[in-house]
Amino acid sequence: MTKTVQLHSYALSRRSFLITAGSLGVAVAFGGLLRDASGAAVAPAVKGNYRPNAWVTIAGDGMVTIMSPASEMGQGIMTTLPLLIAEDMDADWDSVRIVQAPSDAESYGNPGFYGIQLTGGSESTRGYYDLLRLIGAQTRKVILASGADMLNVPVSELATETSRVVHAQSGRSLSFGEIAANGALPDPLPQATEADLKPSDQWRYIGRRDIPRVDVPSKVDGTAIYGMDVQLPDMLYGAVLRAPVQGERPEVIDDAEARAVSGVTHIVPLSYGVGIIGETVEATTRAKDLLNVTWSTSSRVRAYTSDRLLEQYRSVGRDLSQAGVEAFAESDAEAAVTGAATVIEADYMSDLVYHATMEPMNATALVTGDTVEIWAPTQGPTGTQGFAAEVVGTTPDKVKVNTTLLGGGFGRKAEADFIVDAVSLAREAEGRPVKVIWSREDDVRHDKFRPLEAQHIQVGLDDDGNIVGWRHRIVADSIFARTMPDLFESQGGHDDVVTEGAHFNYAVPAHRIDYIRQNNGLDIGFWFAVGVGYTRFGIECVLDEVAAAKGADPVQLRLELLRDQPRARKVVETVAKMAEWDRERDGRAVGVAYSDAFGTHCAQVAEVSLNLQTGMIRVHKVWCAVDPGVAIQPLHIEGMMIVGITNGTSHALFEQINIIDGEVQEGNFDTYRVIRMSEAPDIEVAVVPTLGSPVGGMGQVGLPPVGPAIANAVARLTGGVRLRHYPFLPERVLEALNA
Amino acid sequence: MTAFTINGRAVDVAAEPDTPLLWVIREHLKLTGTKFGCGIAQCGACTVHVDGAPTRSCVTWLEDVAGREVTTIEGLSPDASHPLQKAWIAEQVPQCGYCQSGQIMQAAALLESNPNPTREQIIEHMDGNICRCGTYVRIISAIQRAAQEA
Repeated sequence: MTKTVQLHSYALSRRSFLITAGSLGVAVAFGGLLRDASGAAVAPAVKGNYRPNAWVTIAGDGMVTIMSPASEMGQGIMTTLPLLIAEDMDADWDSVRIVQAPSDAESYGNPGFYGIQLTGGSESTRGYYDLLRLIGAQTRKVILASGADMLNVPVSELATETSRVVHAQSGRSLSFGEIAANGALPDPLPQATEADLKPSDQWRYIGRRDIPRVDVPSKVDGTAIYGMDVQLPDMLYGAVLRAPVQGERPEVIDDAEARAVSGVTHIVPLSYGVGIIGETVEATTRAKDLLNVTWSTSSRVRAYTSDRLLEQYRSVGRDLSQAGVEAFAESDAEAAVTGAATVIEADYMSDLVYHATMEPMNATALVTGDTVEIWAPTQGPTGTQGFAAEVVGTTPDKVKVNTTLLGGGFGRKAEADFIVDAVSLAREAEGRPVKVIWSREDDVRHDKFRPLEAQHIQVGLDDDGNIVGWRHRIVADSIFARTMPDLFESQGGHDDVVTEGAHFNYAVPAHRIDYIRQNNGLDIGFWFAVGVGYTRFGIECVLDEVAAAKGADPVQLRLELLRDQPRARKVVETVAKMAEWDRERDGRAVGVAYSDAFGTHCAQVAEVSLNLQTGMIRVHKVWCAVDPGVAIQPLHIEGMMIVGITNGTSHALFEQINIIDGEVQEGNFDTYRVIRMSEAPDIEVAVVPTLGSPVGGMGQVGLPPVGPAIANAVARLTGGVRLRHYPFLPERVLEALNA
Repeated sequence: MTAFTINGRAVDVAAEPDTPLLWVIREHLKLTGTKFGCGIAQCGACTVHVDGAPTRSCVTWLEDVAGREVTTIEGLSPDASHPLQKAWIAEQVPQCGYCQSGQIMQAAALLESNPNPTREQIIEHMDGNICRCGTYVRIISAIQRAAQEA
């Protein structure tokens, strides 16, 4: 589950701090943007020759280039990670230029996430934190050694100020730029250990609210370059018509009309569809509509009808004779529940949900002989290298990936299907790059949705209402069986991303989590917070059901179950105070939920009202308290909470994909509803860090608590009417009210 | 060939008259700040101004803008100095940022006709623009800030 990287020698020992370990960077990420404004900025390329390691290069004019290894999809990571290096190397942030790292897992892989370049799982800051601070400390030691040589004094007499080496005794000093211009790198290069890290009371940048994100200026004037915006000389455009049902193949392709469209250059039969290449987007779009394809009718996904399957999953969850794979067990939860005085029992379910990144899938590829170059909004450069190599029959090292900005990721852009499209078409295009663009309809109908799932939860209480046992059964298809088959196999068929979040930190004496895998052939994938998004829905709602059964206050019950956990109690107490939890509200009610997922404590209170005639829920306000241990950039943590809460409200109230006989019924934003400004709650966030604790994840933290907080508020508003099925569509609300 | 003006520059584009203005702007004229989001005027990411009016370029054809004046995010100000652009930075609005060109162009049309909109007027005017990252609360703050500081 959660991987916490300890500060250890592992990260250092597997990396060589050799000057030759440097790299080129990605010139495409920003359109030549170089700002004179204060603060760090992004740059198209590395500048300078003084390179203490693969991450940092200093130019003679003092510009410090720092590599950003992760994919920027809105979470601010290309500010956060370089800032950690700048902190410990004592660089002047205003002189920092940030370059997107190339695909090079050996140099830039996440030591806390399989050692590869894959941005996901809220793992970037957690995985890179220790390494990048050590890189910063090592860089500082290299600079100090060069400076000592130039000033002809012992290193021990030197100190650093921002981008300056100072010799206090003689009053002399050298700027980092002067050292880069005139100094030599020490040989051997010094190494850094935990003892070299800057103590927190000397931090210049970590924890400051006034450091803006480096990508923001380019996002207000149109200069930011997303995958969709890539422009290359001689570039062609590509589109792919996919089978209406996953797994079908084209059997007969009538392309006469498509070929006749002016500007179309190639029609490319693929195993899963038909590709079109042309000189313009409008040509490929038009030709795609004119293709007449007879598809095979053998896919097992034709039997997939989401409504019917969910009922089936629910039955499986309730049928305790159907054993699952043990995901977690502490004491004998079955016996504890069986012997309990009272058992609270409920089913929680959620429909398929669609990623809806604002930037539809797209990628640009150039195939030249056995080498491939890719420009793409990808969360996974390392995986992209592997998939692209497979398409053209080469090796991953022959594939260069230029990671652009991502117009939303949410797990969707960790997939490689859009990359495979671009490479498959580019290999037919005789050395010309091809930019493949999916329509929004392609993007909706061929998403890798969050799994359809049903949960059955049983909580046993003793005569005094104390929880004595907790059983949690999760019924869903598997993501890892498709994306990480070896891992899935090695874990005996357990998918810890599908059951993620089911393991909690509440004090219950006996706890068991089972995963009962279903396999209905549909590709499902990683969606914002993945399993946590629904497991915490079940857990937090059932807790309120327990509170109601024993007449306890939901906040007090949580505090009691978190009695040994000061950080958890802090966020629950803080949010209760912010929301004035005990205040009576006319026509409205509040509900609470908490989550410790991703190594970060987060509690939220939602204030809702309900139209009893229409069944429409209105979420007026959400308060949130969050403790990520170290709050590197508090203002941007607030931003991430806003993302999670707004998206979480959207998916709890509106979002639903329906599949009938294998065909996705929705196609665009007219049928797949996402939250709009008029429906978005007001949001108030308190960031309450606990210095000295490990840094927590942040990307997905804000989403899980909001749905159960809404459901719990509705129950308190209606005298106990429970909403147990995401999304809370008006008809479902009315049904629950009338039950 | 279809002639029109974009960001003050006269252009003559060789594309079919029924080509969506969006693709003319992005792929023929290489002004990529205007985004493709949905293609059916449901999300607002492609919003530009045609003769000053906020317009979804994905459902506007090239022939519709013949002889007219189109403004994109690149032409909103010469140096990102429009009050909305400054406010967007001050409020740190963008997350992924992909929708924000359209949000800013939509908001600019509002302030042009109504320099001091109420919160309700802002929401009503902006409701057709989707932000999947959910930055709505910061968008509202930024528009209010721009209105105050303009």
